[in-house]
Amino acid sequence: MLKANNLRKTFSPGTVNEKFALNGVSLQLAERDFITVIGGNGAGKSTLLNAIAGVFPIDSGDIFIDSKDVTKYPEHKRSQFIGRVFQDPIMGTASSMTIEENLAMAHRRGKPRGLGWGITNDERALFIDHLKILGLGLENRLTSKTGLLSGGQRQALTLLMATILKPRLLLLDEHTAALDPKTAQTVLDLTERIISENQLTVIMVTHNMKDALKTGNRIAMMHEGDIILDIGSDEKKSLHVSDLLEMFEKASGDQISSDRMLLS
Amino acid sequence: MSIDIIGTLSIGLLWGVMAVGVYITFRILDFADLTAEGCFTLGAAVAARLITVGASPIASTLAAFAAGAAAGALTGFFHTKLRIPPLLSGILTMTGLYSINIRSMGMKPNIPLMYDNRTIMSDFAKMFSISNKIAVFCVALICVSIVIFILWWFFNTEIGYAMRATGNNENMIRALGVNTNVTKMLGLMLGNSLVAFSGALIAQFNSYSDIGMGIGTIVIGLAAVIMGEVIFSDKNSYKGLIAVVLGSISYRFIIALVLELSRLPTTDTRGISSIVLAIALALPLIRKSLIRKKPPASLEREVA
Repeated sequence: MLKANNLRKTFSPGTVNEKFALNGVSLQLAERDFITVIGGNGAGKSTLLNAIAGVFPIDSGDIFIDSKDVTKYPEHKRSQFIGRVFQDPIMGTASSMTIEENLAMAHRRGKPRGLGWGITNDERALFIDHLKILGLGLENRLTSKTGLLSGGQRQALTLLMATILKPRLLLLDEHTAALDPKTAQTVLDLTERIISENQLTVIMVTHNMKDALKTGNRIAMMHEGDIILDIGSDEKKSLHVSDLLEMFEKASGDQISSDRMLLS
Repeated sequence: MSIDIIGTLSIGLLWGVMAVGVYITFRILDFADLTAEGCFTLGAAVAARLITVGASPIASTLAAFAAGAAAGALTGFFHTKLRIPPLLSGILTMTGLYSINIRSMGMKPNIPLMYDNRTIMSDFAKMFSISNKIAVFCVALICVSIVIFILWWFFNTEIGYAMRATGNNENMIRALGVNTNVTKMLGLMLGNSLVAFSGALIAQFNSYSDIGMGIGTIVIGLAAVIMGEVIFSDKNSYKGLIAVVLGSISYRFIIALVLELSRLPTTDTRGISSIVLAIALALPLIRKSLIRKKPPASLEREVA
């Protein structure tokens, strides 16, 4: 379904700040794969997601979605395949626009926009149905600005926005990292539910190793811009966090570099 | 003391069209666009020139509108294609427009509209046989109403949503499939066409266009935007637009009042404009410090 071959990306090439963010990383996803991606700070996890989403052009390599070469597609054109949720809750919605306006824009993801009404009555009814599923009472606040929502509410809404048109690929970039533990759990539960109900193909970046083990059918570990471990569902089920740490050290020849990852 | 109520209302409405244009670029698109300074004069110059060569006032005004859109497109080109920062893109267009404006006026720094030159206002007065002053007010009100109605509709369309989101959260709307270069370009064209439209109306109202008449446009426009927000605080679609026009009217009354009380010459208007805008911008801070000086009684005891 997704095929990313030998992706390379260097930021600020030729300067003292030169950073090899992606070092020939390859990743293939089958239909309905749900892969979690872990790794230390600066391992290239977010860069990988952004490269797939087309936020910046890559230096070399190619990306196929449904065997269509999208390597040269700009970000807005790739959006027809891809739904995204970001780490920062502020990033996911237009804060001075209302809940229904945000959902209406998401409902037109990747489609040409014209001079028709930005939202229709049919859509409103649809949004109410979907918002009820979130169980946050947002269905009664359609005309509230999203800037008034809490971080957890916004992430839940962003998740709904990313999936209201079923995406071919869902990219979650540490979307629970900025939330308190309880809210993070709620959003994660919701994430799993939406993914299984819609049978989505997903890449989820996380700092939380427990979450990474618990959710999804595959787990990948990144180090210095490459995937150094990719574990399938059979082996993954029997793994513990301590096993993961051990495997990481063996594969990278390095201590785990992120304190956040150890602490969580 | 006497303030010309109808006259001040009319001026507030006519300049209100310009303020709405500034509101679109500065607030909705979040683009600090200085094109307006040159664009206001451009509208006035184009309309005055066309009227003096015998074109119909409405056609001349529409031509000014189109010229403004072209100026906005130029700024948009500098920014989206050549990747020049917003402020500098606007300054480039604004500066270049000075030469274009002089050329549009036939290499002269001003064009007076003579008694026998028609204007939208004089046509309107003749058509309904009303006084010029009432005609100006009616034309101003009609123009503002049409602009607000069309913008209200536009900002509720799919493209309108995309444009509002571009100024609000560019990354997010790009992730939802919008080419933000297009929405920025459209927003700059729309905003500046309204600024030029307002310039064309003011030229006909004043019976002249002058190369210096656009100086201070941004300050006057922003003063109206901020006052609209402070006094009628609502940033929602059409209410926000109406608030800007009301802000523009309030601003004109303040200027009229200050000039009346102080007996200053009208050339001091722009100085007063800057002071009014500075105060309006500082209002949130002033308000906060006033509140801090008077903490609730219970708190005071605790601190003591």
